Amino acid sequence: MKIKAYRRPDGLYGIRNHLLVIPTSVCAADTAAKIAALVPGAVSIPNQHGCCQIGSDLALTQKTIVGFGKNPNVGAVLVVGLGCDGIQARNVAAELRETGKPVEFVVIQECGGTLKTIARGAELMAPMARDLSTQERVECDMGEIVMGLECGGSDPTSGIASNPTIGYASNKLIAEGGSSILSETTEVIGAEHLIAARFEDPAQRDKFLAQVKSVEDRAIAMGEDLRSGQPTPGNKEGGLSTIEEKSLGCMYKAGTAPFKGALDYAEIVPPEKRGMYFMDTPGQDIDSITGMVAGGAQLVIFSTGRGTPTGSPITPVIKITGNPDTYAKMPDNLDVNAGRIISDGARLEEIGEEVFGLMVDVCNGRQTKAESLGHHEFGIYKLTGTF
Amino acid sequence: MNAALHINEKDNVVTCLRALKKGEVIEVDGRSYTVNMDIPRFHKVATAAIAKGGMCYKYGEVIGDATQDIAPGDHVHVHNIESTRGRGDKRR
Repeated sequence: MKIKAYRRPDGLYGIRNHLLVIPTSVCAADTAAKIAALVPGAVSIPNQHGCCQIGSDLALTQKTIVGFGKNPNVGAVLVVGLGCDGIQARNVAAELRETGKPVEFVVIQECGGTLKTIARGAELMAPMARDLSTQERVECDMGEIVMGLECGGSDPTSGIASNPTIGYASNKLIAEGGSSILSETTEVIGAEHLIAARFEDPAQRDKFLAQVKSVEDRAIAMGEDLRSGQPTPGNKEGGLSTIEEKSLGCMYKAGTAPFKGALDYAEIVPPEKRGMYFMDTPGQDIDSITGMVAGGAQLVIFSTGRGTPTGSPITPVIKITGNPDTYAKMPDNLDVNAGRIISDGARLEEIGEEVFGLMVDVCNGRQTKAESLGHHEFGIYKLTGTF
Repeated sequence: MNAALHINEKDNVVTCLRALKKGEVIEVDGRSYTVNMDIPRFHKVATAAIAKGGMCYKYGEVIGDATQDIAPGDHVHVHNIESTRGRGDKRR
């Protein structure tokens, strides 16, 4: 299967051609948004962190924002720093330049304040925008795609209809040579033995099991009942009773392909070893999708029973529900109605083919509903509190 | 449309594909069950007795244990089963 996408200097292919503004810390986030607002087509990410974080927590924020810049859906980047912040703009820019993409940076304290930074930023970005506008899509294999698998606002229809449909489409993408990422470690609890059995490499299997144990241990160490957060009130109202039930439904997204590896949050999916991956992300959708996009996902498919509007600043998110009532209730947000499996006796293969067809169209440029509504949700997973 | 979906033969609950009324008789895999209470769409109904402390199965896997005796036809949800995982509250 061939698609048309934007070829990047590092050999990867993007299905969008975004001009991205990255604030290195919360202190630069508003200035970054003001710069993006001046340049049509530019998008900034609302980084809430990047300063007074320590160790692995600080490193994770840097890895996530760098991953966003490296994502092949991004054609060019402006990095905006305050100057005294924990993540330094020139370091982020240097990492991003390794991709060969156009990358510039501005520092608020060096420019002399908000207005001069905005002016300098817009001056640097306008030519980037013009250059990106001349870039044309070229033919490449569908196998160049890394797809993030997400579910949120789950109900029992997710495990019956929408997640198995995603599993079908994921199998098909992997057969084309592409990669899929199963995420949300919390929502593996109770189903980990089934996924672990599908790992090819025992070391990667052990890493996966340790990731799941670490999340469960965190709740136990806090002396808290995981049930206070998972399943959520909406999950329960929909009919999901326990985290185990939710997890067992969630894992249908992963289809039947063997797992190649277990990735850390925001770790880049190896381009040289395509296939099915697990990524250690939280069950909170926005942080989870952010991690997978930082890991290189050019496309996300999102299953929901209760309905949710979530998108991403740089990656198209396809929304699929297994609940026919929800599809009727939230037409603005839902791209595919897998609830027809329940209401009309539609076959899984039929809806799976429809989803794969939509994935191809979206790769070729068709907007998802989340894109057409300008949904740009973004959130970085935190390992500990801010100091 | 069938009234309920039985996913795995090991399961002692089925998923209601429509809202069920108290007293309604539903057929699952050739056996009849009387529904003991109103049950919302996509929630679970027991197809076997589950004693307090016994395991509840869906997808052929454990989804929790019973906090009270559950009879066939009962609504199975957070009021009568609970998770066995991530229970830091039990260590306090």
